[in-house]
Amino acid sequence: MATTVQDAQQAEDKGRKFAGIRTKVSSHLSQNEALVFEKSSPGKKGYKLPTLDVPEVDASAVLGGAVRKDAGCLPELSEIEIIRHFTRLSTWNYAIDLGMYPLGSCTMKYNPRVNEFVSRIEGIAEAHPYQPESLSQGALKVIRQLQDCLLDITGMDAITLQPAAGAHGEFTGILLVRAYHQSKGNPRRKILIPDSAHGTNPATAAQCGYEVQNLKSNALGMVDLAALEQMVDEDTAALMLTNPSTIGVFEAEIHKVAEILHAKGALLYMDGANMNALVGKTRPGDFGVDVMHLNLHKTFSTPHGGGGPGSGPVACKKMLEPFLPTPIVEKAPDGSLRFNYDRPQSVGRVRMFYGNFGMFVRALAYILANGPDGLRQTTEDAVLNANYIRKNLEDTLELPFKTPTLHEVCFSDRRQAAKGIKTGDMAKRLIDYGFHPYTVSFPHIVSGALMIEPTESESVEELDLFIDAMKQIAREAEENPELILSAPHATRISRLDEVGAARRPVLRWKPKAE
Amino acid sequence: MAYPTTYRYTKEHEWIEVEGKTGRIGITDHAQGSLGDIVFVDIPKVGASVQAGKVFGSVESVKAVSDLYSPVTGTVTAVNEDLITAPEKINTDAHGSWIIKVELSNAAEVETLLDSAAYEKFVTEETGH
Repeated sequence: MATTVQDAQQAEDKGRKFAGIRTKVSSHLSQNEALVFEKSSPGKKGYKLPTLDVPEVDASAVLGGAVRKDAGCLPELSEIEIIRHFTRLSTWNYAIDLGMYPLGSCTMKYNPRVNEFVSRIEGIAEAHPYQPESLSQGALKVIRQLQDCLLDITGMDAITLQPAAGAHGEFTGILLVRAYHQSKGNPRRKILIPDSAHGTNPATAAQCGYEVQNLKSNALGMVDLAALEQMVDEDTAALMLTNPSTIGVFEAEIHKVAEILHAKGALLYMDGANMNALVGKTRPGDFGVDVMHLNLHKTFSTPHGGGGPGSGPVACKKMLEPFLPTPIVEKAPDGSLRFNYDRPQSVGRVRMFYGNFGMFVRALAYILANGPDGLRQTTEDAVLNANYIRKNLEDTLELPFKTPTLHEVCFSDRRQAAKGIKTGDMAKRLIDYGFHPYTVSFPHIVSGALMIEPTESESVEELDLFIDAMKQIAREAEENPELILSAPHATRISRLDEVGAARRPVLRWKPKAE
Repeated sequence: MAYPTTYRYTKEHEWIEVEGKTGRIGITDHAQGSLGDIVFVDIPKVGASVQAGKVFGSVESVKAVSDLYSPVTGTVTAVNEDLITAPEKINTDAHGSWIIKVELSNAAEVETLLDSAAYEKFVTEETGH
């Protein structure tokens, strides 16, 4: 670090252009590594089998023409080569365990180790979905207890844990909406979606056979009640709303939004992406939401990214309960827990078995370890952290909506764009400073958006490093724009050709021609 | 960038050039600039009907997918096949790269659209620069 400071100081003394002091990171060597297929050499093995001590069977005599002639293209390496391969690749990565991961609306919070510990307890980790119910009472209890906790947190009446992630939860939720309207004789035709919504919302509505109508936000970044009132009619199935919205603003008149919808028999769907701003403070069920999904991998600290897997439970009000996916967990007369598949109005199964059970265990561990007061504190800290960043950067970056925000803050690149520096360029430069980029160019209601969500996981020291990095980048944008336009510089590879990758994607590795 | 005075514009940043009963429709230079590098254009089929103010297709850039709104009501008579393999043409020449040609069913609709001066003013107000 000392060298970096010196270098920057010397650069300034010599009248060269400003380049920020990157206090969070220093460069270090990382190992080059080829693809595992490129490292393969024929016959190399990571194991040694004992000699065959049973009579050998000729596979082709048994399988005839179906017998496989070769093993296909599988890499052949020794054990240490495999270990080094993946260890080397892992050192090229960025993760929440390395530092702040401020992707707005993604809630990249720390995954506490107690979650992992609990999920690895033998009886839980080794449970099999085909185990009889009598031997699965513990697992069923985990499901039941998590359901009760989530219902308590959301203020809803019934829930399914089956959906595998957020978008899948949306799909399931809108299926419930459709089934509900259908049961009244008409599935209705359209779904309203604010212009600040996540792109998955209109995709979900279209996937469920609905026409999407765009609802414009007002000057505060909230739902325009007058516009809503005009648009809602007997053909409106639901409004899909994210609350707080993608710019972190709480829909202060959410109860009125619900009233306008309910007056026409339409339902209020809430995208739970930003639930990290509400847990323990207010409940969607209390402010008029009829159906919603949660993201256990966001709000409830189960792994996020890198394959997760995610988990997107859907909670609903009583009138939607008959349509929930099968099976549901219920209590038998003898007090034991069992699955009920006899649900004639159900939309059917949306996921094999019971959902991503390992995530239920982790989320339950997180909820129980925190308790109600801990969860409330978590929400308050998440909001405090985001507002600390907002306060410290509002003189540096343009804040398009001055409305008070909760767990995330959305700036615009307007000031830097005047110098030709866009949000994506600053995000690339942020990588040089040792941070994962924030969410770039989203939501679309903010031109050149920088959407930043620190979560409660970050200490004030880490937040200060981030704020300092953003301020230095803003100064670089003023005094040394070329440095930002060609960033990142300190990474293994510099800026990628995203356009080329999108226009001419190479989706499959092929061996080099001999 | 000058906006051709013979074109009419929408607030969703499409342009239309009308000749007789047919209009050529594309997106404005401002639109391509804020979208960034365009990588895919989703175009309707010849014969499809489009409605004024309704979505007729989409453009995808590295940043986002954006809907295309038709300035007028009518029937698609031709689509610009070049854009399927070379969507970047919109970036290099937005006002010369038409996306669809439409036979207008109500020519009066064109009169409700913005002219080049009004569109330029709208863009200035929207972006603040």
